[in-house]
Formats: sequence, structure tokens, C-alpha cells
Amino acid sequence: MVDLAGHYLPIAIFIGVALLITAALMIAPFLVAVNNPDPEKVSAYECGFNAFDDARMKFDVRFYLVAILFIIFDLEIAFLFPWALAFKEIGVFGFWSMMIFLGVLTVGFIYEWKKGGLEWD
Amino acid sequence: MPEELQIYAPLLPEIILALGAMALLMYGVFRPETESEAETVGWLAILVMIAAAITIVWYGNGTVRLFEGAFVDDAFARFMKLLTLGGGAVALMLSFDDFRNLRIMKFEYPVLVLLSTVGMMLMISAGDLIALYVGLELSSLALYVIAAYRRDSVKASEAGLKYFVLGALSSGMLLYGSSLIYGFAGSTNFQVIANAAKGAEVATNLWLIFGLVFLMVGLAFKVSAVPFHMWTPDVYEGSATPVTTFFATAPKVAAMALLVRVTVGAFPAIAMQWQQIITFIAIASMLLGAFAAIGQTNIKRLMAYSSIANVGFALVGLAANSAEGTQAVLVYMAIYVVMTLGVFACILSMRRADQAVEEIEELAGLARNNLPMAFALMILMFALAGIPPLVGFFGKYFVFMAAVKAGLYPLAVVGVLASVVGAYYYLRIIKVMFFDDSKEKFEPVRFKAGAVIAAAALIMIFGVIWLGPFTDYAMAAAQSFTFVK
Amino acid sequence: MGLEAFFFYIFSIAAVASAILVIIARNPVHAVLFLILAFFNAAGLFVLLGAEFLAMLLVIVYVGAVAVLFLFVVMMLDVDFAELRAGFIKNAGLGAIVGGIVMLELIMVLGFQSYSSQIIGNPAAPAPLVTDNVTNTEALGRILYTKYIFFFQVAGLILLVAMIGAIVLTLRHKEGVRRQSIAVQVARTPETAMEIIKVAPGQSVFPKNEGPAE
Repeated sequence: MVDLAGHYLPIAIFIGVALLITAALMIAPFLVAVNNPDPEKVSAYECGFNAFDDARMKFDVRFYLVAILFIIFDLEIAFLFPWALAFKEIGVFGFWSMMIFLGVLTVGFIYEWKKGGLEWD
Repeated sequence: MPEELQIYAPLLPEIILALGAMALLMYGVFRPETESEAETVGWLAILVMIAAAITIVWYGNGTVRLFEGAFVDDAFARFMKLLTLGGGAVALMLSFDDFRNLRIMKFEYPVLVLLSTVGMMLMISAGDLIALYVGLELSSLALYVIAAYRRDSVKASEAGLKYFVLGALSSGMLLYGSSLIYGFAGSTNFQVIANAAKGAEVATNLWLIFGLVFLMVGLAFKVSAVPFHMWTPDVYEGSATPVTTFFATAPKVAAMALLVRVTVGAFPAIAMQWQQIITFIAIASMLLGAFAAIGQTNIKRLMAYSSIANVGFALVGLAANSAEGTQAVLVYMAIYVVMTLGVFACILSMRRADQAVEEIEELAGLARNNLPMAFALMILMFALAGIPPLVGFFGKYFVFMAAVKAGLYPLAVVGVLASVVGAYYYLRIIKVMFFDDSKEKFEPVRFKAGAVIAAAALIMIFGVIWLGPFTDYAMAAAQSFTFVK
Repeated sequence: MGLEAFFFYIFSIAAVASAILVIIARNPVHAVLFLILAFFNAAGLFVLLGAEFLAMLLVIVYVGAVAVLFLFVVMMLDVDFAELRAGFIKNAGLGAIVGGIVMLELIMVLGFQSYSSQIIGNPAAPAPLVTDNVTNTEALGRILYTKYIFFFQVAGLILLVAMIGAIVLTLRHKEGVRRQSIAVQVARTPETAMEIIKVAPGQSVFPKNEGPAE
């Protein structure tokens, strides 16, 4: 635990430097750039009309399905890391333990593929 | 079965259910998407449940602890598992006709019910905080999905969302409590926690008590006990009626079993502390269930409040913290499941022109249109109200006797008062059916629902005959625990 | 003050501040971005605790996937935040009172007890010492798949339910969409794809009444 901070010190310094530079770049325009706004300048331009409504559109619910299926397999992969590292220690039992886990998720994967969950339309 | 795997035999029912669910998922997705195929999957799922029940009866013997105590198989677990499986299977069978009507007959529903049942059985057998949590999440996650199963209905989506958000909140509380308890005991195992909690200075350990309180909050939410009941009426009303039928039976039993296991199994040393909590939520649930149900016009909402009150009655038995009390909980839950299935089969039969009607007024004059159904519903309502000599009376009787024996007189008195108030709205339904002006006829009762109604009513009338052996069996199950006064 | 304490305060202050900003940010997208910042700081705290694997998991799963999902949801729902805000201001007083009381209670009750001295049992699976030369991830791997196989497999089932649930609730197929079937395309031969028709002079390829619409 003691050398932990030392372990990550390079990263901490790196992040510190990165923050410093970003902050400098973001603050500099406020100080030196010419800033002279008026309502016409900052409003959205829409072919001469006043903007009808917000430019943002509602996202399609299908993105959600893709994202949640991604999370599930992301988690599956997260389980694989410690398994791979401890593979020698846990022996045949650990191997089959993971195979069963993967089997369960493969059943889910087959279901999702066959059901067309991976297709867009 | 090879020798090393022999020790996992007590897990066989769960394994059968899980493998069955996956096999049915594969069967369903590779067959054409028709309603009859979906019904085949449904019947196969019921078969899988029956197979699991048979293995429970067949292999179940004594008390076995697996995975360092994370999975406990004892007489109590077997009793509750059989009850869960029974309730779940009947609720699933009742869903077929109604789902066909609603055009949502799909094979995923039985699969989700099976997976949720696996979770419930793991809850019932939980001997470890992590096992408790994973079991609870497995069952709840499937329940959230089936709450919104009728996804084109706004109300069902609302029900699913409410259930999910509040369920996630309660899971968070439960996890927070678990982490405090783990911080105290250094282990998530119930036995280790129970041992760690022994000793005089421990009873005042605020961390442990805080952990216990948060844990109880999470569990009270799952059994929908007051003051964590708010989701129940909306979810019961919004979900499709077959889904509500399932919600009112199997998950209630499992959550109640879990509550017993956590309190009696993990915290016998600080029984005083959890008895206070249980006493409070029992009183609050009985009273709120009784009074709030009076103003309801929708029969599904009424049943939601009725289930809240019933949970309160069952908790009275738990508050007694004795073998008799736990026996009473078991008997009460068994009778509750039968009554609830019967009533929901009646609600499923309230259909006009292929549309389900849910208002209590629609039952008006049922006695003139369909006397057998009116009579059966009357029996079930009398049973819910706890009128002797129906079996429903004995459920309440055992619970109150256990409370009196444990010296909890106020609890018993409040319970009796609440059941008197509760009797009012059950009797109101009977009055509507028998004395109000007749409305249009319902469609004829379908065979499956009719069979369930008849069976439930008959059990209510003649069940007294088997009550003796049944209570002995429940007693044997209750003695899986050791009670510390 | 040691280096670790310094970083602890940095991370925890940033985590709490960004958590507050999640709630008060006007723009929901900004709220999600602050949530990501909170996740990052929590990951930093995990690193300080020596739980490096959990820290990386937090970054991969929560920042990489869950926060993205939140962004999708925020963009999917056309929430009228002005309306929500009105409700917030209406109830803010009550909420603040209740929250304050709970907070006071917690401080009063728990402030007098020290936590660490009251742990009675021994941890079931203590974290390996740094001197053992076992990384955090490997230590998890040694017990997760063998000693805790039961929980591991149930976790697999939970993921399966999540997968089925997501598809049951959100998957909708448009009617009449013609999908590409690569197997069919590859299996095509000239025999199945072409038909050679002899056309007599002055005659149409199509039989009468079946010709293409004018």
C-alpha cells in the first residue's frame, strides 16, 4: 500500500500537466480574444428564418438496445481478465467454471442474434 | 452422477430450472413465432417446474450447506420452494388465455418466469449476504421486465419503470446495509454474522443495527410492507393481470422466506432489535392495507392493498420469533397463495367482448348471471376476511396465537382489529355480487381459470381436513431454525 | 500530510463536487458529463485503496458503457427540464429539511463510534499484501471462479436475464424490411439467378396482361 502513490505518481503528474495546459488554453481566449457578441451573431442561422425549434433530435430507441447489449458483453469481458491472470492457479475447475459462464451468455447471444437484435431494421 | 458432483445434488432443482429456461429459450427462438408455439413453451416451462418440485421432494433430506454456507437446503427452504413453484406454475398457466387475448403471447414470458423462479429459490436458500443479493437481483430483474411485458400499454410501462426505479433504490439500501454488516462481522455468511453478533456489548453496536435496519428496508420493499409499499398498487394495476397474479404469489413467498432467513438465521442474538422493526411494519401494513383498500374501485388495486395487509399478518408470526411463529408464517403464506390464485383467476374471468374489466362495480349481480363463479368468489372473499370455518381463518388464527404466546398482545389486538376492518371491503364485494342490480353478463369462464377458481374455493372449504398434517409439516420446516429468546 | 492523504482529499472533494453538479446542472448532457467525472474520481479512490482492478472496471464499464447509455437515454427522452425544475424548486425546501434531519441523525449517532475497532470477525478473503507480489486482479481471479463459483454463475444468469429483458422490451422490427442474407447471395449460381428466354420477333418477353406497368 505504501508504494502505491509512488506507483501512480507518473500518471498523477501527467494528469496534472495535462490539466494545466488545457486550463491555460481554455482561459487564454477569455483574456486576449476579441469578444463582441450581439443577439444576431450568437443565434442559430436557419436560411434567414428565426430558428423553429431546438436543433437536437430525439435519439432512436434502437441505440439503447445496442448500448445495453454492449454493456452486457463488456461485463462478460471484465470477468475474463482476472480469470486469465489466475488461470494457472485455479486449474481445471476454474476453467470449466468460466466455460459454464460463457455457455450461459452464449445461449443469450444466440437468442439475440436469431431474434435480430443485432440488426438495425 | 460422478462422485464429486454428488455433493451438489441439493442444487439440482435450481440447475434444472436454469437449464430448462435456457433450453426453452433456444427452442422458442428456433421455432416459428406463433402463439401456439409460445403456449407449447409455456406448458414445457410448467413441466420443468414440476420436475424441479419432484427433485426437491426426492433429494431433499436434512440440512445441507453448500459453498461454505452460501446455499442452505433445509426443510424450511423446501417448503417455501415448493410453495413458490406451485404458485408460479399456476400463475403461468393462467397467463396463456389472457396473453392470447392481449396479443402478447410470446415464448419469452415463460422463460423469464423460470429464470425469476430460479432467483427466488436462491433467495429462499440464501445463507450469505452475497447469495441473498444475487438471488434477489436475478428474480427482481426478471420481474421488472415482465411488469412492463405489455409494452404497448402506457400503464404497463409505467408500472415497469416505477417498479424498477424503486426496486433499484431498495437494492441500494440493502447493499449499504450489507456492507455495514460485513464491516462489523468481517464476513457475509449468516452463521458467522450470527456468531459475531453474540455478546453483550454487541447489542448496542450501532453499526450492526444500522446495517440491519438498511437490510430490513430493502427486504420490506420486496415484500411490499408499509412504509415501503407505495409501488404495489400502481404495479398491480398497471401490469397485465396474469403478471399481477404472478407478482402476488411467488415473489411474495420468496421475499417472506428471505426475511425469515435473514432475521432468524443471521441475527438471533439481536432479536430484540429486529423484532421492533418487524412489529412496527406489521402493524403499519395491517392498518394501511385495511383502511386504504376501503376506497378502491379497481379490483386489482384492491388486491394490492389486500396483499399489503396480508404481508402484515404474516409478519406478525415472524415478530413472535418462535418456532410457532415461523410455522404460522409458513401456513399463512401457503393459504394466502391459494386464496390469491383463486381471486386472480376470478379477475381474469371478468371479461366482456374480449376486453378485461377491472372495476368492482362490474361484478354487480354476478350471482344472477353466473352463480357458481359468484359463489366461489364469495367463498374466497370470506376466506380472505378470515371467517371460520374456512381455511383462511386458520391462517390468521395461527399467526395471532403465535403472537399471543410470545406476549405480543398489542400486535395481536391490532391484527384482529385490522382484519375486522378488512372484512368490510371483502364483504362489500360479496354485497355487490349478490344484491346489486345485474349488469351485462361476462363471457363464459375459461376452463383453466375455472379449474383454479374451483380448486381454490374447494380448498378453502374442505382444506380443514388436511390442516393437521399440513401444520405438522410446516412445524417440521420451522424447526430448521434455532430460536434464541 | 502524506501524498496519499493529499490525493484522497483531491479525489473525494472532486467526486462530491461533481456529484452535486450532476444534480444542479441545467443541461442534462452536462449532468451526465459530471457523472463521468464523478466516476473517474471514484476510480481514483479505488486506486488509493489498492483495488486497481475495480478502478479500471469502473472506468471501462461505468465510463465506457453505462455513461454512454445514460447519454443515449438523455437524448432519447425529450424531457422538459424547465417543468422538472419547477417541481424541484417547489419540493426543494421539504427535501432539504428531511435530508438535513437524516444527516444530523447519522452524524449524531455514528459520530460517537469508531468503526475500525469494532470489526469482530476476520475477513473471509483478505486482500494480498503488496509484498506477496500478487496483483489485485490476480487475487480476485484466484477466488472468484473457484471459491465463489456459486455467485459467479448466478451473475451469469443475471446477465442473461438482462439480455432477454432488453430485447423483449425494446426490440421492434419494421414490417416489410428486406434484409441482406449473405448465405443466399453466396449460394446463388447462374442457374438460379438467370433465365434465358427466346423471344420471337414482335413479341413481348412478358405474357399478356403481366407486363410492367406503363
